Amino acid sequence: MTYAPPLHTGPASDLSFGQEEGVVWVIGKDGSTRGEHDPRLDSALALSIYKAMMRTRLIDQQLERLQRQGRIGFHVGALGEEAAIVASAAALRPQDWIFPCYREIGALLWRDFPLRTYVDNMFGNAEDVVRGRQMPDHYVSRKLHYASVSSPIGTQITHAVGMGWAARLQKEACAAATYFGDGATSSNDFHAGLNFAGVFKAPVLFLCRNNRWAISIPVEHQSASATIADKGRAYGVTSVRCDGNDALAVYSVTKAALERALQGDGPTLIELLTYRLGGHSTSDDPKIYRSVDELAKHQAGDPLLRMRSYLERRGLWSNKEEEEYQREVEEELRACVRAAEEVEKPSLQDLTTDVYEERPWHLDLQTEELEMGQRPRDPHR
Amino acid sequence: MAEMNLVNAINDALRLEMRQDPKVVLLGEDVGKLGGVFRVTDGLYKEFGGERVIDTPLSETGIIGTAIGMALYGMRPVPEIQFADFIYPAFDQIVNEAAKYRYRSGGEFCVPMVIRTPYGGGIKGGHYHSQSPEALFIHTPGLKVVCPSNPYDAKGLLTRAIRDNDPVIFFEPKRVYRALRMEVPEESYEIPIGKASVVKTGRHLTCLAWGAMLFEALAAAEEVAEEGLEVELIDLRTLWPLDLETICQSVEKTGRLVVVHEAPRSCGFGAELVALVNEHCFLHLEAPPRRVTGLDTPFPYTLENEYLPLQHRIAPAFRETARF
Repeated sequence: MTYAPPLHTGPASDLSFGQEEGVVWVIGKDGSTRGEHDPRLDSALALSIYKAMMRTRLIDQQLERLQRQGRIGFHVGALGEEAAIVASAAALRPQDWIFPCYREIGALLWRDFPLRTYVDNMFGNAEDVVRGRQMPDHYVSRKLHYASVSSPIGTQITHAVGMGWAARLQKEACAAATYFGDGATSSNDFHAGLNFAGVFKAPVLFLCRNNRWAISIPVEHQSASATIADKGRAYGVTSVRCDGNDALAVYSVTKAALERALQGDGPTLIELLTYRLGGHSTSDDPKIYRSVDELAKHQAGDPLLRMRSYLERRGLWSNKEEEEYQREVEEELRACVRAAEEVEKPSLQDLTTDVYEERPWHLDLQTEELEMGQRPRDPHR
Repeated sequence: MAEMNLVNAINDALRLEMRQDPKVVLLGEDVGKLGGVFRVTDGLYKEFGGERVIDTPLSETGIIGTAIGMALYGMRPVPEIQFADFIYPAFDQIVNEAAKYRYRSGGEFCVPMVIRTPYGGGIKGGHYHSQSPEALFIHTPGLKVVCPSNPYDAKGLLTRAIRDNDPVIFFEPKRVYRALRMEVPEESYEIPIGKASVVKTGRHLTCLAWGAMLFEALAAAEEVAEEGLEVELIDLRTLWPLDLETICQSVEKTGRLVVVHEAPRSCGFGAELVALVNEHCFLHLEAPPRRVTGLDTPFPYTLENEYLPLQHRIAPAFRETARF
């Protein structure tokens, strides 16, 4: 069994990263807020952010169960990183582009991507936006300015730079935000992307979810650099460290970076200090490489507890709303799963279209060969 | 018409496309003020400015990755990789990102990008300024691979490639850059991607070649013509998607095939061409198809003319295949 974090059993007992020097944080232990970084959200926005975080968590937990039941092949979740993902997405405008890693369904759902469409992707069925061509959790939405997910690490970082740079050349007031983990800061494209963005002052937000683990490699072993923000500074990129479990701090810091980008002041690297409470994916077993004590410490800093304590202090949320919303999401998801499971597999034609704009002769030939031959017996269905 | 060498023709295609489409931008190492180490982009920085002819930091993955981002935004970037030998740091971006983007996004996105890169030997460039890595890209679904041999084809193919909505790798035979001049129309024109050209007709043997080796094959064909051996020489021009129809028509007529390429022999593009001819024209064949290629070694410095499949190695292959 992998760890499924409890849903909101008490107030946050740990500020996780907020006490490190130079780290931006807003929400205190008792749900109070402090300082210049408090974005002073109106109650509707504050509630939306919390609910989106909670929805992501519930979806993650349910998808993990579906994977364990053998109903979907794979899931890569965001347990513990909901504030880093949702609150940063909330600070962007719809026209700004998102270049995701593979853990940021929360950012796409924030943009009103239909849950059913996401679930179709989890099943790789005929209604999946990518026609079952990729693993689960590799979705896309051009309409919602959300680029395509790929598995190689860090490759989206240079794309974000290119797009931000293109927007600037076209004199369009639009920024590109890219998500990646701490492991990606060792990848070629992190360095190339930061370097190009620094030189060209591209309007880009580098959102590094430093969740302390890249599969089994701890961040201390990923780099001898004291912080990830230091790497950004080396490239002349303004770099900030932020408590990634503090939704208000994440929102504030992202908003400020977006404003800088749109004013032509160039890119910002935001190191979002957080913790991967689950495994890397459903294929991982973190018990092999990290201690129960470490996990317990970070469970206490759960970003959902943190945000909830803030909402409760403002009188915006209670157990009653919590339970109602949980039921609502679970019901919604159940309906999506039921429907998606019934959808047929993609067609053979889906295998050979979209390789090029027009299908060339050799793929026509290969399609014909497929259509004339036997279909395989599918052990997964 | 104007007389142009390969460098002039490529420069002309870039200039005309940049004039008619503001979304076309060039980027790469030294492509701006210097005009490229081979001067292919000479004068374009002056005409279009540093925002459209962009000197980049020295990182191939950075050049291609950012070009992909620009293409996703709707621009038509034409990145240059200074030598094909230096394309490998960008291999992941080309193979895993550009080539797969349309497919993996269910057709929501495309990457209209042309990667220009000089390739091939014959300039005393040793391991790292001489390679011909076309097979690696032909083997990658989602990429189009073009390799013109002469100024006229280069201008028309590059124009077409820039207007194409799929990523194109455009290999430029650097040995030919200033080796010949020919009449090229001054206005813009397209040559379709995926169409070979029969350079010389003949009854006895079909030879497939592209890029710089086209001229070696032509010289060898002229050499054996004096002995009465007629070679039909086909310049593939586009390596992928392949014009198999033109190839089959020729092989069905001649019954004999010789493929010439600079790249190492094993798993080179010649292997695929021979396999395709075997599959599609087997009953017409009168001799085993033959490959004349570079060696399965790194590209050498001093003995590069021994490594390359030049006229002195092609002509005997023609004779032996014809005599079989």
